[in-house]
Amino acid sequence: MDISNVLIYLSGFIILAGIYGIFSLGLNVHWGFTGLFNIGVAGFFALGAYTAAILTSQTPDPQLFEDHLFGGNLAQLLDFGFDFWFFVGLAASAIVCAVAALIVGVITLRLRDDYLAISTLGIAEGVRLTFLNESWLANGNRGLYRIPKFLGDLVSPSNYDLLYALTVLLVLAVLYFIIQRAVNSPWGRVLRAIREDEMTAAASGKNVARFKIEAFMLGAAVMGVGGAVYTHGVRFIDPFAFEPFMGTFVIWVMLIIGGSGRNIGAILGAFIVWGIWSGTQFIPGSGGEARFLHFDLANIRYFLIGALLIITILIKPDGVIGEFARIHTAIRRLRYRNLEHNPEED
Amino acid sequence: MLIHKDKLTEYMISNKYQPAVIFITSLLALALLFWVADPALIVNGILLGFVFALGAIGLSLIYGILKFAHMAHGDFMTFGAYLAFFVVSTIFGNKIIDSDGIGPFTFDYPILIAIPISMIIVGLVSVLLDFVIYRRLRMKRSNVVVMSMASLGVAIALRAVVRMLWGTQPEHYPRVSKMFYQLPLEIRIPPDNIFVAAISIILVIGLYFFLKKTRAGKAMRATSDNPDLAKACGINTERVVQGTWFLGSAMAATAGVLLAISQAQLLPFMGWKLIIPLFAAVILGGIGSPMGALIGALIVGLAMEVSTGFISPAYKPAIAFLILLLVLIVRPQGIIKSGN
Repeated sequence: MDISNVLIYLSGFIILAGIYGIFSLGLNVHWGFTGLFNIGVAGFFALGAYTAAILTSQTPDPQLFEDHLFGGNLAQLLDFGFDFWFFVGLAASAIVCAVAALIVGVITLRLRDDYLAISTLGIAEGVRLTFLNESWLANGNRGLYRIPKFLGDLVSPSNYDLLYALTVLLVLAVLYFIIQRAVNSPWGRVLRAIREDEMTAAASGKNVARFKIEAFMLGAAVMGVGGAVYTHGVRFIDPFAFEPFMGTFVIWVMLIIGGSGRNIGAILGAFIVWGIWSGTQFIPGSGGEARFLHFDLANIRYFLIGALLIITILIKPDGVIGEFARIHTAIRRLRYRNLEHNPEED
Repeated sequence: MLIHKDKLTEYMISNKYQPAVIFITSLLALALLFWVADPALIVNGILLGFVFALGAIGLSLIYGILKFAHMAHGDFMTFGAYLAFFVVSTIFGNKIIDSDGIGPFTFDYPILIAIPISMIIVGLVSVLLDFVIYRRLRMKRSNVVVMSMASLGVAIALRAVVRMLWGTQPEHYPRVSKMFYQLPLEIRIPPDNIFVAAISIILVIGLYFFLKKTRAGKAMRATSDNPDLAKACGINTERVVQGTWFLGSAMAATAGVLLAISQAQLLPFMGWKLIIPLFAAVILGGIGSPMGALIGALIVGLAMEVSTGFISPAYKPAIAFLILLLVLIVRPQGIIKSGN
């Protein structure tokens, strides 16, 4: 095997695993730290990806496209010798997602957990339907495919993936440190208090609704950045990329397996699950023509993802490295110490 | 919590007059609809509503008694539909190719045999899943969110099983083409949908009396109200839970088969796609109420079809979601259950 092939494969792996790591980090802010059951990650993923794609790609030529009209053309407008537009795209995606999260959050965050889940699932589908049907904005189901490369002029096209893998890792690292700072601050401690017991947090004088919305916005902004990074890595997006399975559930499985409540766990989970997912893509299938007793083995990867989620919840709810068990034991210890009560009797 | 209510609202939600109030309100709403919308769309909407109702009844039962949002319900429907497909295509084979179908319907007797078989298998699978997964989570007193998440895992895995066993290409039951019923005002009704509507009405009435009159039904309602108290009263709550799983999933299987008949197609994604309309119907009707699930499903079906007269049909799935969001914000306890 050639070393350059290994590098190409590895950088392709790192790009996608790293991007999913970003989503997992964002979801960790929602679920791991604040306890918001958001199963609409795909909505923010799509918003972020499309915002970056629409802003940076060229205005479509009316001769080539019937009704696709809109393109921000930032890549040409902001060409100051270096690719400044890339960062503008990331920031725009983050802002769009944060604003969307503010609107969604004001409406849905006061709902019960299970209602919140169903609402976010519906909102994500609504976002996807909008991009699917408003072809003037995003070229409908044909998708956007003229997305510029970040630092595309710097290296030859064959080395682009390698360069972009480093970019993804850099973005991931920056986001990791930002989130780490945020959740270890007093603000982050309030989020954990809300996760553990909303009533107590409210009784301690914390504005629970406001903290929840802030956390929702932060997580959504991170997901938006993830979407933008995805756009310039894959350089072809269509609404089918944001269906609930690849857009939401895989990310949930990553977070649960890695360990919710720990940022490093969220990233680790993304790499583990993406390893399993991309490692099983070579299982030969029968091309979708299975009849009963003729297994179409290619679909076993979907089964693996579902089964992994269930097994983790049952056997190791903390994931590989999680925080929940630690905190729960700490709280129990504190409570018993205050009551001067023997835990064995309870 | 103290909520101030004026006399009219109190009158409207007092249990005594509630059925009458709802009946009259829905009649008025229907009259209004006929005035603004195309009658053919309304009839289609009602027929679609009955298809949703079948799934919504079982989901409402499970949601009401087990208290968590069961995300795998749509995939139980798919699984049931494919099991029936296995019975009619693999066991009965091609014996019925040259049959004429029963009466005005497009299907023949094998499907009527396949439905109970599929109901029993899907019911048993769900009881088994409860034993392996949900019972352990209950023992640990897990959060309802964790249960929902586990059901998401089940949904993904079950869909994968369907894809592995039957592939991803569309399939269909053996069917005979039949004339639609032609009514004035360009209303066309496929005979199969009459069958679907009849089955869903029978199931709703059956479940209603089961919950109200029988001992097992009363045990279910008691468990739904307060599991600990029910246990203290000598009700075997684990048995009630298993019974709920069996009933709810068997209904999901029926719903799946009838969905596949009414859309003349089986796809691994067909059940999952209904999950938002189903939840909308269940929450609209009040969780745990079979009658409510039927009414909620009819409203959702109507709204989805009638909306196509005003906006692009591509946004049909979003209409179900908009109704859901509206209900969650305005009246999260649903329209049937009074606020107690």
